[in-house]
Amino acid sequence: MVETCGLVALAPLVIGLMRTVRCRIEGRVGPPVYQPWRDIRKLLTKRRSRPQSASVVFALAPVVLAATTLVVIVLVPVVTTSPVLATGSDLFAVVFLLLLGSVVMALAALDTGSAIGGMGASRIMVVVALTEPALLVAILALAAPVKSSSLSVIVTGTLAHPGWVASPQRLLSFAAFVIVILAESGRMPVDNPATHLELTMMNEALILEYAGPDLALVSLAESLRFSVLVVLLANFFAPWGIARSMSPVPVLIAGLALIVKIGAIAVAIGAGEVVSAKLRLFRVPELLAGAFTLSVLAVLSALVIA
Amino acid sequence: MTALLVVAVITGFVGAVVVPVLPVRLRVLATSSVLIGDALAALVVAVHVLTTGRALGVSTHAVFLGSGVALRIDPLGAFFVVLTSLVVIAVAVYEIGYSSTHPMTRTAAGALCTFAGAMLSVPVAWNVTGFLFFWEIMAASSLALILTDYRRGAPVRSAALWYAVLTQAGAALVMIALVVMAVSSRSQGFTVIARHLPSLSPGLRTTVFLLTFAGFASKAGAVPLHVWLPKAHAESPSPVSALMSAAMVNLGIYGVIRVGLEWFHGGTVWWWVLVLALGGLSAIYGSIHAATNTDLKRLLAYSTIDNVGLIFMALGTAGILLSIGHIGLADLALFAALLHITSHSLFKGTLFLSAGSLQFSTGTRDLDLMGGLLTRVPFASSVFALGSMAIMALPPLSGFVSEWFLLQSLLHGMDASSPVTTVALPLSVAALALTGGLTAAAFVKVLGVGLLGVPRSAYARDAKEPPVSMNLAAGLLAMLSVVIGFAPMVLVGSLTRVVRSALNDASPVRVHGTALEILGSRGVVDPTMIAVALVVALVLVASARRLLDRGRVTRRAVWGFGRLTQSSRMTYTATAFAEPLQRVFDDVLRPNHDLDVSHHGESRYFVESARFRSSADDAFERLVYRPLIRMVRALADRVRFVQNGSVHWYLGYGLAALVVLLLMVR
Repeated sequence: MVETCGLVALAPLVIGLMRTVRCRIEGRVGPPVYQPWRDIRKLLTKRRSRPQSASVVFALAPVVLAATTLVVIVLVPVVTTSPVLATGSDLFAVVFLLLLGSVVMALAALDTGSAIGGMGASRIMVVVALTEPALLVAILALAAPVKSSSLSVIVTGTLAHPGWVASPQRLLSFAAFVIVILAESGRMPVDNPATHLELTMMNEALILEYAGPDLALVSLAESLRFSVLVVLLANFFAPWGIARSMSPVPVLIAGLALIVKIGAIAVAIGAGEVVSAKLRLFRVPELLAGAFTLSVLAVLSALVIA
Repeated sequence: MTALLVVAVITGFVGAVVVPVLPVRLRVLATSSVLIGDALAALVVAVHVLTTGRALGVSTHAVFLGSGVALRIDPLGAFFVVLTSLVVIAVAVYEIGYSSTHPMTRTAAGALCTFAGAMLSVPVAWNVTGFLFFWEIMAASSLALILTDYRRGAPVRSAALWYAVLTQAGAALVMIALVVMAVSSRSQGFTVIARHLPSLSPGLRTTVFLLTFAGFASKAGAVPLHVWLPKAHAESPSPVSALMSAAMVNLGIYGVIRVGLEWFHGGTVWWWVLVLALGGLSAIYGSIHAATNTDLKRLLAYSTIDNVGLIFMALGTAGILLSIGHIGLADLALFAALLHITSHSLFKGTLFLSAGSLQFSTGTRDLDLMGGLLTRVPFASSVFALGSMAIMALPPLSGFVSEWFLLQSLLHGMDASSPVTTVALPLSVAALALTGGLTAAAFVKVLGVGLLGVPRSAYARDAKEPPVSMNLAAGLLAMLSVVIGFAPMVLVGSLTRVVRSALNDASPVRVHGTALEILGSRGVVDPTMIAVALVVALVLVASARRLLDRGRVTRRAVWGFGRLTQSSRMTYTATAFAEPLQRVFDDVLRPNHDLDVSHHGESRYFVESARFRSSADDAFERLVYRPLIRMVRALADRVRFVQNGSVHWYLGYGLAALVVLLLMVR
């Protein structure tokens, strides 16, 4: 419970941190790190307004997005190796829950009946469809050595065999995972989160019609989703510090370690965004095919070495 | 119980004789009652067999067909009977409303009863004569049903012709294989045939397997024998599409399980590599077409090809693992296949029936002309949305559970650590994942463009509510899909009994509380808990939002790039939605683009009207079947001189044939 609330509090700060890093490298001062929270507070005070043509799907989509992300958090090992709901803690289940969130947001965009929403939904679904193979095969590379797709088994397995982290299959699947996370959460080079031009938008186009409290919920849920993916990345490829029991001292250490890890990853992604340019939509499949190739190599090396 | 089995087999055929002579008003009700009665009888017997795990048999020697028809229902057959009867019951209810606007002809009423009867009998036929008899009856009656709307002309006739040719070719292959088996075992009973298979020579075994696989795959609609399926499913009335897609296609899969996995018990590795490869090809090919198609029923038909591909992938995995001696892992793969068959029957039945309701409401099946149906026909649209969520494998619905087991069976199959599994299974996971992603794109398109947004034509604007019985039938199947999504453990017992009867081995999955555990591994999933957690989280977030936001919702126009008016012509159509994917998969689809621009009379710089058409027909049809048809035509032209109309020549042929025959039997 504390874990979930902590992550919810932290998630917008991760986005803020990335923005700050980006601004600093570009030589700007930029808003403070906690600006996303201020934005959310401001949005909550606004009136609710929805498009004329929108049905119940548009109103429910942010709730579903937030709910799926919350369920993912309780299924994922965050600060301890045993997640809140241990028997459901399965990586494939997490993938399908995240897919539910993406699908619902795409439907909400189409529900507005605006051309931009349709465009965003169409492009997002291309990315989703092509990310899926890279993601699931990268998962396979992680799951094959421990013979299980259970998240806690993968994490404890990595803790027991620290050498795995430097093994070729882990490095390859790490690269694939990073590309997948960037594509899933609409970061550069797949999508530019800071764009203001409708025609280049993808993720932003999906939520263009959201305003006020609805938008606050959407942006909170999206930052949470990004943070969960970053947590997964940290715990798969650098699980050190994670608590193996529920006693307060290890948990506290684990929490601090996790914050440092998330911060480091956010800084790295933010810095990476400065030096990378957005790809054309029809070059994105090539990038994702590259990620897929990496993850297939990862699985093959995992199986051959085993 | 055995008496009830005979009742289940006979009712449909007896009904088929009685129903057509009844007057129009009684015909529909009588047909529905025959269908429901037949299905209920079959359901009771099959559920009894599934819960006890003991087979029931009856031999009806000399009742009809000279050599007699042996019937035996074992758990594997019972599994398929249960699925078929559920779909038949839903279709029977659906027909009551459907026939209010599409009057049921005598032929259709008779064919419907025959079709249902034959489908319920195929899995319980226990000798060669009986199996082929029911199989052919099933083919013929479904052909008649495809032709129901023959007045619509060329597309229906062409669909029927493609179906007739491919299904008859498949039946011929199955017949040859069964006859070969019957001759070499000197018996036509399935029990004896199965016992004699190991004594066949390796070459003959391979021939028999390939013949049966090709024959059954043509019924199941696997690539490259799938060409009939999108045509036939799209052109036949929706209840018939549902019967074919959710029940008949399964029987092709039944054949592969029965012969390949049960009788051959694996066999040679490369057979199953072939099954796996064709399965993967079907899955990807079907899902690419589904993602880019804009005709609702063709899209659903292609997604059937895609799901049959997934099931064949699981069966191929099971076969590979069996033939390299990992029976425990093969159990899991077969379990996953059975679960996905169940799930597919339920959601595809839901989708075809509710697509029929939407077609009834709007009068079109072109997605580009739909839009905004959720507010106009809320029930049918919601049921369709449930089916779509299940097919997209989203929790908490049945598709999620079955796709999870498919993935687990591939993951655990890698434990076999033979070169074949090491290469084939990761690629299968990739194929499964790509299929999943494309299916999501396809159904986001259907839901978002077809059911949400603004109406794009008068068809959608004036959509009318379909009759209650149609909604009820589709909702019934959707409910079952939800139940399996929330509580999949209700199926585990029956499915493990099916696996045990087919592979003679212990069960692969155990129920522990609400969790499903894969035995001998750390694989565990708890769909019930995930579903409940999702519901709780939804309620929590929704109530938090309730607490936080105040005030009423104001309605405003959408952002239109600063334009003042926004018409439905400016919204995204299904064609537009699918365009990026079509471009990505250009090499597979090879779409034909057709752009007509007529210029203004005064100057060619002004466009008067522009018309763009894009169609992606089936690449296999164009690249494989058309040349084949041309070849057959050319060959036929060559030998035409034989048929010169002269009676003398024909008598001569008869004489020659007689002489040859006498020489042969000498």
